[in-house]
Amino acid sequence: MQPMHHIISTREYTKEMFDEILELAEKLEPIAKGEVQSKVMDGKILALLFFEPSTRTRMSFETAMLRLGGQFINMGAVEASSIAKGESLSDTIRVVSQYADAVVLRHPREGAALMASECASTPIINAGDGAGHHPTQTLLDLYTIKRESHLDNLNIALAGDLKYGRTIHSLCYALSRYHAKINLVSPPELRLPDRIVDDLRKRNIDVTITTDMEDVIEDIDILYMTRIQRERFPDPAEFNRVSNSMRITRELIQTAKPEMKIMHPLPRVNEISFDVDDTEHAAYFKQAFYGVPVRMAILCKVLGMEDRIREMK
Amino acid sequence: MANESTDKNSDKHGDKNNLRIKAIENGTVIDHITPGQALNVLNILRVGANFTNTVSIVMNAGGSRGDKDVVKIEGRELTEKEVNAISLISPKATVNIIRDFEVVQKGKIETPDSVCGIVKCINPNCITNSSEPIETRFVVTENEKKKTLALRCVFCESVLTEDLIQFIE
Repeated sequence: MQPMHHIISTREYTKEMFDEILELAEKLEPIAKGEVQSKVMDGKILALLFFEPSTRTRMSFETAMLRLGGQFINMGAVEASSIAKGESLSDTIRVVSQYADAVVLRHPREGAALMASECASTPIINAGDGAGHHPTQTLLDLYTIKRESHLDNLNIALAGDLKYGRTIHSLCYALSRYHAKINLVSPPELRLPDRIVDDLRKRNIDVTITTDMEDVIEDIDILYMTRIQRERFPDPAEFNRVSNSMRITRELIQTAKPEMKIMHPLPRVNEISFDVDDTEHAAYFKQAFYGVPVRMAILCKVLGMEDRIREMK
Repeated sequence: MANESTDKNSDKHGDKNNLRIKAIENGTVIDHITPGQALNVLNILRVGANFTNTVSIVMNAGGSRGDKDVVKIEGRELTEKEVNAISLISPKATVNIIRDFEVVQKGKIETPDSVCGIVKCINPNCITNSSEPIETRFVVTENEKKKTLALRCVFCESVLTEDLIQFIE
C-alpha cells in the first residue's frame, strides 16, 4: 500500500513536484471551465473543514470537486459543530476522515494541518494554517505565472506586506526552484524577514530590496501585490502614508512592459486602483479562476488519479 | 572516591572537587555541565523541594569563572528524554551511572537530531500550545550567525535559539 499523500506545505517541493501539479492543472482546465464533462471523481466525497472564513479557497475546492463529478460535505459554521462543544481538532479529524476520501482543512493555528495528517485516515489538504502555509495558493500562483507569463527566467516583484504575508513567504521558496529574479518592494517596516532573504540568497537567487515601485516597474514580468493590513499600524496616519506609497495605479504601470502582469491573492482593498482592472496587465481575476484547475489537480494527486488525467485526450 | 577514579586523571580539579562532594552509592553523576547550568539541569530532572534523596551540586568548579558544574543525585537514573534535554543546555556534559559506589556506565551526552515532548514552542499560536493532545517536536539545528545550537519547531517552523529554550514543566 502506498503512503498517503497529504498536501501540507510546498517548502520542500522540488521543481519536478511543482511541475507535475502544474501539468495536471493544464490538462484539467477545460473541465474547470465546464467545456468538458468529467466523472473521474464519481463516488468520491471531499470533506471541507474551515475553522476560519474563506470564500475563494472553499468555493474553488467545492467547484473543483463538482466539476470532477465528485461530491463534498461541509462542516458549516464552527458554532454549529461539535467544536462548539469543546471537541479537539484531532478528534474531529479522526471522525471526519472516515466520512470522506480527503479532507480540506483551514485552521487558525500554525501546524494544525501537519497534526491533522498524523491522525487522519484519509489525505489532508492544508487550506491555510494560521500564519503558516497555504500550499494550494502557492501552486495556483505558480500556475498563473506559467499561464499568463513564464516561469523560466522570470523577473518578478513581490510588493506590499512582505513581513506577515504567508502567501509571499511560500511563493518565494517556490520561485527559488525556478531561479527567478526576485525584487522585494515594501515599506521598511514590512520587509521580508531576513531568514527568508538569507535562505533565498543561499539558493543563489538574485534578490533586490527597495521601497520604491518605480525602481523595478520597467523591468519586471510579474508584479505580485499583497494587501497591507491596517491593524499592523498603530498610527492611522502612518498606515495611510504607507498604503498610498504602495498603490498600483494606471500612471505607475505606464512604463511597464506591455506583457507585464499584475497578480494579487485577493481580497484587495485599495492597493490596486479599479481603473487597472480593464488593462491587459490585470491578471488577478484569472488567478482566482486558476484556483479551480489547480485544486482539481491537487485532488487528483492526493486521491491517486493522476494517471487517469494524464491519459485523458 | 573509587567511583570517580576514572575521572581523576582527566580532570585537573578532580581532587579538589572530590573534597567538596561525597561519593554516592547508587545514582547518577552529571559531570562537565556548562558552567552556570547546574540549576537548570535540576529543573529538567524535576529535582525540587519535594525530592528527598541526597543531591550535591558544584558550580563553577575550578576557579572564579570555573570550567564546569557537577550534579550528583542519589537514587536516580536518567531517562533518555532527560538526557536529551540536558544535551540542549550542556552539550559537553557526561552522565555516569553509579551502582554500589562503582561507575557502571559512563558516557558523553550526544545532542540528538530531534527532541520530542521536552521543549515548549515559543509561538503562542503553534498547535502544540493548544489543548490538542500532541507532543512538541523540534529538529536540532544551528544558529548560523552565532554558531550555537538552535531548535526548529516541526509544526510551526519557529526557530528557538539557546536563550529561548524553555522546558515543559
